[in-house]
Amino acid sequence: MSAVTADMRDTIAPPSTKAIAPSKGNRPWTFYALATLFALYVLALYGPMICIYILSFQDIRGGLVFPMKGQSLHWFVDLFTQVRTGDVKGSFDRSIKLAVIVTIITVVISFLAGLGFRKRFWGDGVVFYMMIGSLVAPGLVLGLGTGLLFQALGLNASWYTSALGAQLSWTLPFGVLVMFAVMSRYNRAWDEAAYDLGASRWQTIWLVIVPVLAPGIVAVALFGFTLSYDEFARSLQTAGSLNTLPLEIWSMTLNVTSPSLYALGTVTTIISFIVIGASLGSIVLIQKRRGRAAEG
Amino acid sequence: MQPSASPAQTSPRANLAGWLYVSPLVLVLVPFFVAPILVVLAASFFATDGFGGLTPGFTLASYVEILHSALTLKLYLATIKFTVLTWVFTLIIGFFVAYFLVFHVRNQLLAIGLFLLCTVPFWTSNIIRMISWIPLLGKEGLINQALLALGVIRQPLEVLLFSDLAVVIAYVHQLTIFMIVPIFNSMARIDKKLIEAAIDAGASRFDIMRLIVVPMSKSGIALGTIFVVSIVMGDFFVVKVMSGGGSASVVSAFYEDVGVLQYPNAAASAVLLTLVLVAIVSLILRTVDIRREITS
Repeated sequence: MSAVTADMRDTIAPPSTKAIAPSKGNRPWTFYALATLFALYVLALYGPMICIYILSFQDIRGGLVFPMKGQSLHWFVDLFTQVRTGDVKGSFDRSIKLAVIVTIITVVISFLAGLGFRKRFWGDGVVFYMMIGSLVAPGLVLGLGTGLLFQALGLNASWYTSALGAQLSWTLPFGVLVMFAVMSRYNRAWDEAAYDLGASRWQTIWLVIVPVLAPGIVAVALFGFTLSYDEFARSLQTAGSLNTLPLEIWSMTLNVTSPSLYALGTVTTIISFIVIGASLGSIVLIQKRRGRAAEG
Repeated sequence: MQPSASPAQTSPRANLAGWLYVSPLVLVLVPFFVAPILVVLAASFFATDGFGGLTPGFTLASYVEILHSALTLKLYLATIKFTVLTWVFTLIIGFFVAYFLVFHVRNQLLAIGLFLLCTVPFWTSNIIRMISWIPLLGKEGLINQALLALGVIRQPLEVLLFSDLAVVIAYVHQLTIFMIVPIFNSMARIDKKLIEAAIDAGASRFDIMRLIVVPMSKSGIALGTIFVVSIVMGDFFVVKVMSGGGSASVVSAFYEDVGVLQYPNAAASAVLLTLVLVAIVSLILRTVDIRREITS
């Protein structure tokens, strides 16, 4: 019996490694099956997107499907110069501005709410479930309600008032949930240490909590920006007369059947990738700097 | 009862501090989530002149009309069909992708990298990701081209795009990430020693899966289910675009109602849908303490 367990121990991963699979020697067949599944999933995830990026670089003869007809930037020029595709440039500007405003508000409010939820307080459950409700409620219904509310109050719906609020009802729950995940790794003893050293409440927040949680705050900003920049259902009834970019894309899917639709997809995805890259890059940078500080 | 967890025992000072921290969040959620929901609820009882004007009053006419219409049942059946199919596929794919990343990838840094690879598309536009299926699934798309070239089919398949199949593909493509993230989180928390102990005790890989991994991933599965179900049930644009107008769901009918200014009918159907959604979500919440799951 003991020989069997000793033999087994050799094939079991030591506690420090993650996998149940033996860390040396042959992998079980399930590894190969699941690795195949994973590869197929990633392929299905990125494959279609890559197709439209490629197809957006066709020349004037281009269509919506392969094979590729020529190579040019024709459809990108078309996108920003043609009137029939709508006001792409204007909606682009608005979406970026709106996303920046939403990001700032989301970061500040999520951070404060994260601090608040660290301790139980009377009525915290109400706030929590209000947030979950805002997350799962159908966006179009909320958007309509907001639109009707503005109408009833005699206010004009516009992208920087009603749409801003409607988008915050979507980005804030995500921001606060990310903040929860980040806060759960924060040791409250660090607060106590700061108080013991004579720091005020605000000094503790500004000089201890914010720097420690910096990577998480960047993650909240990433969620705020991208969720706002791509938000569609809640903006539809609240943006007023001027479109945001996703609304522009939506009207294009209904009436434009040229690769300029794909070109717009390429442009907007490049913006998203720049934002994602900058966010993840700065998180890595912060962690690295910390690693060096800890060593040195 | 743990005394520390009971909100009734918190001091007035802690209550005040807590509410101060979450007050900005509440100040956004009340006007942009609670108020719009109440407006929609109120509008469902109003009468309409058919031109978008609402007459305040109290009539159940809209509810009677909706509950008597055969269309309502059809819409709900279609919505439930899409929801169940999407849920099954996202759960299977999401569970095994998470399982692969947590238990089969030996290098933790690689696991995090692959996890990020799965999440990046979440931060890009949903509409663009949806239309990116056109070059693949279309009548002259890549899949038809490949199948024709291989001689599997003689006529291009028409069911690939603008069909229920396309709707489900687009949903699974967009929403699997909502399963992967929470399930990955729960699985990553499973103590590897537990699995080693199970192996020592002679458990097979299937037993480990059935008796340890699945039960301990339950909360992640529940969270993912809430996300997927509420998004599919609240969606209208995937159904509208990917079915080519051939299928409808509850919210896409709502969208059409709003388009022709039938606000009371739309509002009544939204209230009905919200009730169904609340029932489903609270049923799921009975199996998992979402708040403890998220905050701890």
